[in-house]
Amino acid sequence: MSTSTQSPVRVAEDPRGPIRPQRRLPRYAALGLYLAGIALGAALSALTGFSIALTVIYGVILGTLAVYVGARAVEGRRKATDRLVTALVTTAFAIAMVPLVSLVYTVLDKGLARFDAQFFTNSMFRVVGEGGGAYHAILGTVIITAVTAVISVPIGLLTAIYLVEYGSGRLKRAITFFVDVMTGIPSIVAGLFAFALFTLLFGNDVRLGLMGAAALSVLMIPVVVRSCEEVLKLVPNELREASYALGVPKWRTIVKVVLPTAIAGLGTGITLAVARVIGETAPLLITVGLITGTNLNPFDGRMATLPVFAYYQLTQPGTATQAFLDRAWTAALVLIILVMVLNVVARLISRLFAPKTGR
Amino acid sequence: MAKRIEVSDLNIYYGNFLAVEGVNVSIEPRSITALIGPSGCGKSTFLRSLNRMHEVIPGARVEGKVVMDGQDLYGADTDPVDVRRQIGMVFQRPNPFPTMSIYDNVIAGNRLNSKKMKKSESDDLVERALRGANLWNEVKDRLDRPGSSLSGGQQQRLCIARAIAVEPDVLLMDEPCSALDPISTLAIEDLMAELRDRFTIVIVTHNMQQAARVSTSTGFFNLNGVGQPGRLIEFNPTEKIFSNPDQKATEDYISGRFG
Repeated sequence: MSTSTQSPVRVAEDPRGPIRPQRRLPRYAALGLYLAGIALGAALSALTGFSIALTVIYGVILGTLAVYVGARAVEGRRKATDRLVTALVTTAFAIAMVPLVSLVYTVLDKGLARFDAQFFTNSMFRVVGEGGGAYHAILGTVIITAVTAVISVPIGLLTAIYLVEYGSGRLKRAITFFVDVMTGIPSIVAGLFAFALFTLLFGNDVRLGLMGAAALSVLMIPVVVRSCEEVLKLVPNELREASYALGVPKWRTIVKVVLPTAIAGLGTGITLAVARVIGETAPLLITVGLITGTNLNPFDGRMATLPVFAYYQLTQPGTATQAFLDRAWTAALVLIILVMVLNVVARLISRLFAPKTGR
Repeated sequence: MAKRIEVSDLNIYYGNFLAVEGVNVSIEPRSITALIGPSGCGKSTFLRSLNRMHEVIPGARVEGKVVMDGQDLYGADTDPVDVRRQIGMVFQRPNPFPTMSIYDNVIAGNRLNSKKMKKSESDDLVERALRGANLWNEVKDRLDRPGSSLSGGQQQRLCIARAIAVEPDVLLMDEPCSALDPISTLAIEDLMAELRDRFTIVIVTHNMQQAARVSTSTGFFNLNGVGQPGRLIEFNPTEKIFSNPDQKATEDYISGRFG
């Protein structure tokens, strides 16, 4: 009928051409170019007074450019872009690592001086110069954080369960919104809230460990809600339906199927939330203050905590300045170790409780 | 004990969307009823409405009557949890509880409801249910292994064992073999033939040969177009549906002219 059907069938030439062997830069070319870049960078920085940082910066920029140009000439545009982006990503990672490594190094360097038995067994009671320790502050931090967890975990977990399993419509949207808002509350505001609340309830000049725990709870609850909500959402709906189909009521399904399935993630989320609030300073500064002696009762009087302890050692050194500075750094080191231990615990929890799939 | 289910004028909704319209059917005790039809015609939705699993989905609701041996399943004073204890269900994808062992999976229905049982009783129940599901010989030496350590076909039989361990009157199966290989499918079909003596079985399947092989009655669902509600076009004994159906649409579907 139409003329096109009568035209002969032509085998289309592939516009991309046949597959050619890939030309590649020699294996050590990239490394060599970077070394050359660093050598050139050293020379360049020497012009303005030699510095290692400047050498590395010049070297990375020059080396990346050289590798890009070289790859472009030999390997083609796609490979060259690949190398360029690889270099950018690696550089970004290195930049991100600089503060971390620097921080850990500095804290270890300065904190190890007083990282001794005395630091863990003595309080600052009647210590004005050298010696003393943070026994009272370490226990205070542990107690206040524990009280915070006791307040926040039930509230946060139950809120997350409500949001995932029961909530719908406006109330759910409102709660989600306010939880998001709470995540952004500055910690000092949480501290002032607890301060105001307890002053209203118990009158002026009240100082309690519980006050600090209340302030920290304001910060911790939204974190717990968020992480638990995400974990509970991951539990497959099929498991809930399987349970319903066996004639199990909804609340039992949640308690015995949903929560056990998600326990690993819940444990991890809660531990990380604890790690998030354990180092808070500002709210504790205005709610629990600081004492030099040991007070282990969160329902009565001021308590010492590690962050506040470090802050006061640093800002109000007495006559023996160096001793106070050393104690501040060691307190920081202990705090970092506590957070690290909590992170390790979180990983162990998620490994221990993860559903076993083994075949 | 197997029971009869009478469905009259059943409309099933998702929110405001009418998904299935005007179903009238009577499902006989000790029979296997197959539901066939093209995708999206409401077979599974209808099946889930029989044990009130439909309303688990937010916004989903049902109008009409489902009566099981004189008991109105959608009556105002009927507890959906009780309904589901009497009408068990097996799903398309095997879904054993990942936190439980094979043993615990089988008695999950009792244990999750905190029913007190002696060790010997629960051992008996596990063995009976696993034998009933043709799985006992394969797993009797590793009852303490996680349920997810089994193969797909074994997992599905584990789910069947779990469903029959609570001794329901009716067993609903939503495409139980669609994720399985032919050998596991055969094992489950043989199992259905055995279970038929004790339960009323309703099965949704896309596999017409399967419907023809296992069922005593067959219902054909169809819909007129996208966005239209699904309807039960024809419900008849299986031989009649597959040899001499009343409706033209049924014949077209079975002979592969559409769907």
